[in-house]
Amino acid sequence: MVDKRLSLKEAIAEYVQDDLSVAIEGFTAFICFAAGHEIIRQRRRNLTLIRMTPDVIYDQMVAAGVARTLVFSYLGNPGVGPLHCLRRAIEKGIPRPLEIEEYSHYGMVGRYFAGASHLPFFPLRSYLGSEMPRVNEQIKMVQSPYGDDVVAVVPPLNPDVAIIHAQRADRQGNTHLWGLLGAQKEVAFASRKVIVVVEEIVDESIIRSDPNRTLIPGLIVDAVVQVPYGAHPSYVQGYYDRDNAFYLQWDELSRDPERVGAWLDEWVYGLADHAAYMCKLGAETVGRIRPGAAPAARIEYGAYR
Amino acid sequence: MTDLHPSHSGAYTSAELMVVAAARALAGVRTVFVGVGQPNLACNLARYTVAPGLELIYESGVYGARPARQPLSIGDPTLVTGATSVVSMADLFGLYLQGGLVDVALLGGAQIDRYGNLNTTVIGTYTDPKVRLPGSGGACEIAINASRIYIIMHLKKRAFVEKLDFLTSPGHLHGGTTAQQLGIPGKGPQLVITDKALFDFANAEREMQLVSLYPGLTIEAILAEMGWKVRVAQSLTETPAPTVDELAIVRRLSSGGTSQRVGEA
Repeated sequence: MVDKRLSLKEAIAEYVQDDLSVAIEGFTAFICFAAGHEIIRQRRRNLTLIRMTPDVIYDQMVAAGVARTLVFSYLGNPGVGPLHCLRRAIEKGIPRPLEIEEYSHYGMVGRYFAGASHLPFFPLRSYLGSEMPRVNEQIKMVQSPYGDDVVAVVPPLNPDVAIIHAQRADRQGNTHLWGLLGAQKEVAFASRKVIVVVEEIVDESIIRSDPNRTLIPGLIVDAVVQVPYGAHPSYVQGYYDRDNAFYLQWDELSRDPERVGAWLDEWVYGLADHAAYMCKLGAETVGRIRPGAAPAARIEYGAYR
Repeated sequence: MTDLHPSHSGAYTSAELMVVAAARALAGVRTVFVGVGQPNLACNLARYTVAPGLELIYESGVYGARPARQPLSIGDPTLVTGATSVVSMADLFGLYLQGGLVDVALLGGAQIDRYGNLNTTVIGTYTDPKVRLPGSGGACEIAINASRIYIIMHLKKRAFVEKLDFLTSPGHLHGGTTAQQLGIPGKGPQLVITDKALFDFANAEREMQLVSLYPGLTIEAILAEMGWKVRVAQSLTETPAPTVDELAIVRRLSSGGTSQRVGEA
């Protein structure tokens, strides 16, 4: 069995090069901020950033100048308001112009699915009467070959690299994930390279004890990285809560590009890695985002010999 | 100007009546697709009052949520813990929404026109935006596939416009049966709930019409906040003020209370 463990620094250096397309997925949960910060730290340029909900992580990455293009479906700081750095880039070209390619949520999910399953398109009941196909010619309407029905289609999406955060994986990258499944499975299967970042690396026997919980098999995983609290300030179900105070703080400070620059200096460029970030964040924050207990009932798979 | 309105059940704000009016409209509904903020409050209030069997569906993949606190976003972990089922977004959009299992969806937007079409994409032009808004998210497919759409928006002239800057999510399109003719399976917008009045689309043209005024407001006050001369229904009513019970639950929910049913405690 291949041991795919790398440090985050090694994994980003190995798999995320300039000009590639990168999808750091996770719908509100499991957003791998640690990987985003490492990409900023390694000063990648001209990336195509793919995410259904760009969230604060892509706001930070675009402000840091790593991106040329953004592929997305919802541009907001969830539950808080707009993403100011992304708005500056799109409305005013600050720090540099950002090309955008825009879909709806189901359109993005369908693109990942078509990419993963090697289909030329994915059909969905959306976009009828909407102006979205007018501004994105990739969204088309086709007539059903079986009748008069007209449905929308979106093209496959195969990112160069997917970065998926999860609760736990073994050394081969067999990954358990529970909570909001988002489109993590689809994007992992669609991508040419997959980096899995986890809270814990566990023995293969733990994964095998609950195979229905294995969302991503090691078969498609290239690197496994352990980064505790790597999704902060987003959250990992059962491990920590969203640090909403940070999301609110970002809404305030990100209105000013100079303050964003100072934040990146202090919290990204000025720190060696995510362990240093957590150390700087402090025990008080860690205590504040710790959830109470709510275990699942035990289940029985049975032994069949 | 204070926004506190006196009533026999106590003073209330227009935002509170907005939540109460939305909750009342969910009477008898089985499944509702929920957004954060006021829609979330309205759905939880409905579960305590007019729709005890109401199941909440979130685009993040949650069916049958039982939030123990006011969710901060539609992806809040409190929506996962204790839910009936948590599924991938492919399943949520494909099997639940497109499968026809969503009775009512609550939507909003930066702009709405007389046929209930919504703009959440851009103010100005798409290529040279004055304000870049969030975009569709799931709204476009929700507007198309949910059986019925309720729209929750504050009544403002810059939001209720003669012509949208961008049509993100279709309502009744150009009115009449134009949405059905295009193959849209849902019945589209049925109700617009604002902080001043309620509107429906119950006419052959499927055009927004004023059906209910909040207590103390006049038709003129409503017209002053709209970009076109809105139709007025023949049977214009006054929206009943919140009851003592409704107000108590809304306030408990908005101060972070739990989803425990009244009487269960």
